[in-house]
Order: sequence, then C-alpha cells, then structure tokens
Amino acid sequence: MLKTSTSRLSPPSGLRLLNLGFGVWTALVFVFLYLPIFVLVVYSFNTSRLNILWEGFTLRWYLEIADNVRIIRALKNSLIVASFTTLASVIIGTAGAWLLHRYRYRFSRTIQTLICVPMIMPEIVLGVSLLVFFTVVGLELGYLTVILAHVTFCFPFVLVAVQARLQGLDPSLEEAAMDLGASPLKAFWLVIIPCLRPAIVSGALMAFTLSMDELIVTVFTSGLGSATLPTVVFGMAKIGLNPMLNALSAVFVVTTIAFVLFSNHLKKLSAR
Amino acid sequence: MQALPSTSLTDSPHALRPRVWGWVLLAPMLAWLVLFVLVPMAILLVYSFCTRDDLGRVVFEFTFENYQRVFDPIYLRILGRSIGYAALTTGICLLMGYPVAWFIARQRENVRNWLLLLVMIPFWTSFLIRTYAWMTILKGNGLLSGLLLSAGVIPAPLEILYTPAAAIIGLVYAYLPFMILPIYGSAEKLDNALVEAAHDLGAGPVRAFSEVIVPLTWPGIAAGILLVFVPAIGMFAITDLMGGARVPMIGNVIHNQFIKAGNQPFGAALGIIFTLMFVVAYTLAQRRGRSSHP
Repeated sequence: MLKTSTSRLSPPSGLRLLNLGFGVWTALVFVFLYLPIFVLVVYSFNTSRLNILWEGFTLRWYLEIADNVRIIRALKNSLIVASFTTLASVIIGTAGAWLLHRYRYRFSRTIQTLICVPMIMPEIVLGVSLLVFFTVVGLELGYLTVILAHVTFCFPFVLVAVQARLQGLDPSLEEAAMDLGASPLKAFWLVIIPCLRPAIVSGALMAFTLSMDELIVTVFTSGLGSATLPTVVFGMAKIGLNPMLNALSAVFVVTTIAFVLFSNHLKKLSAR
Repeated sequence: MQALPSTSLTDSPHALRPRVWGWVLLAPMLAWLVLFVLVPMAILLVYSFCTRDDLGRVVFEFTFENYQRVFDPIYLRILGRSIGYAALTTGICLLMGYPVAWFIARQRENVRNWLLLLVMIPFWTSFLIRTYAWMTILKGNGLLSGLLLSAGVIPAPLEILYTPAAAIIGLVYAYLPFMILPIYGSAEKLDNALVEAAHDLGAGPVRAFSEVIVPLTWPGIAAGILLVFVPAIGMFAITDLMGGARVPMIGNVIHNQFIKAGNQPFGAALGIIFTLMFVVAYTLAQRRGRSSHP
C-alpha cells in the first residue's frame, strides 16, 4: 500500500506535478476569459464594419454612439435607475445590517434567510413575480417599477457587505461614544458610519454595477420610456453585429475594470 | 441603559433585545421584503391557478389546467432541453473552474489577490457584453472564421453562431466566474497539511484529489453548482443571442407568456415550477454540504 516516494522534501513531487498542471490550466482559462474581451476592445477601433481584418484605426463608432438618440436615452435611463437604486440600497442595507447586528430580534434567522432570497432567486422568477405584482397593484411600468425591482435584489448585497465589516468592529466603540454622552443616533452617525465607510462604498459600487447590468428583471419591469441600456443593447444584438455595439461594450468593459480596481483598493484600505 | 441579564452576555455580548424602536427602524426593510418578494410570489402562485377570458385577461377561476399544460410533450421537451443545457454548462464550468479555484487558493497572498482580481473583472462585467464579444468571434464573417479561412483550414465561412454549441460556449463563458469564486472560498480555508498528509500516507495525486480535496471543498462546489445551474436553466438572453431563437428555452417560453401578450397564468405556472426546482436544488446542495461535514 505504501508507495516509497523518491524525495522526502516537501512539497511532495506528486502534488507539485498537480500544482504545475493546475497552473497551466489556470493560465489557459484566463486566456479563455480575457481573449474575447480583448478582441472586442481592439476591434472597436477598426475601420471595417466586419471583424475579420484590421483595416485601420478609427474613433468613428464611438462618435456614432454619441449621436444615437436611442442609446443616449437608454444610458440616461440606466444612470437614473442605478443612482436611485444605489441610494435606496445603501440606506436600507446599511440600516438593516446595523439593526441586525445591534439587536437580537426574535426571528433573526428567518429575517436573514429572507434577505438572501432576492440575491439567490432566479432573476426570471423575480422579474415575472414583480411584473404580476405591479399589474395587480395597478402601478404603471416605468422608472419607479424598475427602481423598486432593482432595489429588491441590490440592497441585500450592501447589507451583506456591511455585515461582514460589522463583525470586525470593536463593540466598545459605540459604548464609548454613548458613555461620553452621545445619543444612540449620534453615536451611529458619528462613530459607526465612518468605520463602515469602506464597506458602504464597496456595497454601493456593487449595487450600482448590478443595477447598470441587469437585463432579465428589467425586461419584465420597464415600460417603453424607461428601457435601460442592457435592454436596448439586447435588442440591437439580437438583430446582429454592429460596430457601434463593439464601441459601447468597450466603454462598459473599461468602466467595469475601473470599478473593480477601485473597489479592490477600498477593500485593502478596510483590511488595514 | 438597562442592565442585561448575564446569561445573554455569553453568546453575543453587545446585542440588545429590541424594544419598540428596534422594530420600528427595522420595519421598512421587512416591509420591503414582504411587499416585493413574498407578496409577488404569492400572487404568482394564485395566478398559476387562474384562467383567461376571451381577451386574454386573467380571471380568478380555479383550474389545474396550467400545470397540466406544462406536461404537454412540447413543453416537457423544452424544459428537458433547458435542464440539459444547464447541466452541461454546469459540468463544463466545474471542470474548467475547479483547478483554477484550487490553484489560486494555493498561492502566496500577494499573487492570490491579483489572480482573484482577474476573476472578479469578468464576474462584474455585464454578461450581455461578454456574450456579444463571443458573437463577434463566432459569426460567419467573424474573427475565428476569418482566421481559419485565411489559414486555409476551412474552405467556406464557418457559421458557429446560432448553433447549440455556441449557446453552450456563451453560457459557460457567462457563468464560469460564478463557479470559480465559491470554490475558491472553500479551497482557501483548506489546510494544506491535510493534503500533504494524504500524500504521505500513500495517496497519489488522483486519490488525494478525489478522496481528500474534493470532499473538503464540497461546500464551495455545491454553492458553485447552484449558482450556475439554476440561473442557466432560466437564462433566455444568452441562448437567444448565441443559439438563435430556433431552439427555445424554458426562459423564452416564460418570457413570451408575459411580454408578447401570451398566456400569463401558464407563464405563472412555469415560474412556480421553476421556483420549486430551485428550492429542491438548494435544499439538496445544503444537505449534501452538511452531511460531508459531520
């Protein structure tokens, strides 16, 4: 049963081999993940309408986006929806996380599970159930319905991010503030919120990104005038390729990378 | 400040029992969850037992017809296809993603953070845009076909787009980060000494992997499977763009019932069945995760 291993140095050679194999595999998977995005960005500067040959550098497609009324309108809608969604999600999520941390509620576990439901539930079910709900209540589909729907699945992400930060928070901070005469509200505002800021900001970035990218839930809850960028892009991509979409996608990719890097920077700050 | 009973100080020293204000402040969030998650689901459930009048409006008249219709061979085939595509996607994501998650978790902290960042970027990039990126590559007059043509590998433009294979590529590409991240979470916690102990006790790499590493990282695997499999079943946007509308998925059927003035109660029934599948998958994943951690 016992295999005599040739070298008793750690790590064992079999594991080293496994590690090497996994390393090569990881590199290949990263190529798979990044090559399409890279190609997309590069070819968004291509003069040719087609993606086969490189014919020359142009900014034409980027300028065309700026002239496209439908895209600009959708972008405006997306920004409106994402801004309100982020604001509401930050308020509800931060307050919720703090209260659940501060108090022992009778149904804490049930509440916690309920919070997770919109995060993990299939988007199409969330979208369809909200559509039916808005119809029954008699709410016309528009900005409000999209924002209500987006907040529903975005605020739990903020809540969870803030909760993670609260767990590492020194509980005597609030007590100290209150001993020095601060009311609970003042202690929360002046002491707790500043401590939570990195988590709140990264939660806000998450909510904003999720809202900007959401397609499925938006398809079911937006009206004609409130169509967001993903729904318009989806409609355009369905028809076929379009160099303007390459340019638009490139803008999105670069923005996302900036967001992720910024959020990562915040995480490093808060870990200190 | 009222004094707390000393027994409660042991489990969570600073949490208070909420009085009126604690509940009042929490009320908006609870109301939100009830109003926009529970109530809509309840209405969807009611809808799924309703009928329609001649104008297509929903009438509150109890019927099982919508659920019977789900078992119509046409819809069963679509449901089967959706589950098949999702299962294949999940399997490929697991095969591709597991070694990556494992490898990242074994690196020094500095390297690990950078590699993790490389997974986070596609994770946060809109799946729609990543799908579009593949469209430009796989299209008949796209990059891949063009390269192969000019290299003389193929005689005529290759149309991979709008085939089931393209749909699978799109799904795998979209969901791969969702498989890597939870597995990484489990793999990172795993004690390397356990793996080396397995090796010292005579297990080869394959056995060490299948009998030590996989069981210890099962919670992450289960979470990854859940995060890929369930959304992939209902995904209609990627399959629409990459597979063409020729192969409808269950998501397309649900979408059509609600958007194109179709049969809403039937769509609701499909939604309820989908939710039940989700709950079953979730419970199974949870249970399997617990049993491997006695």
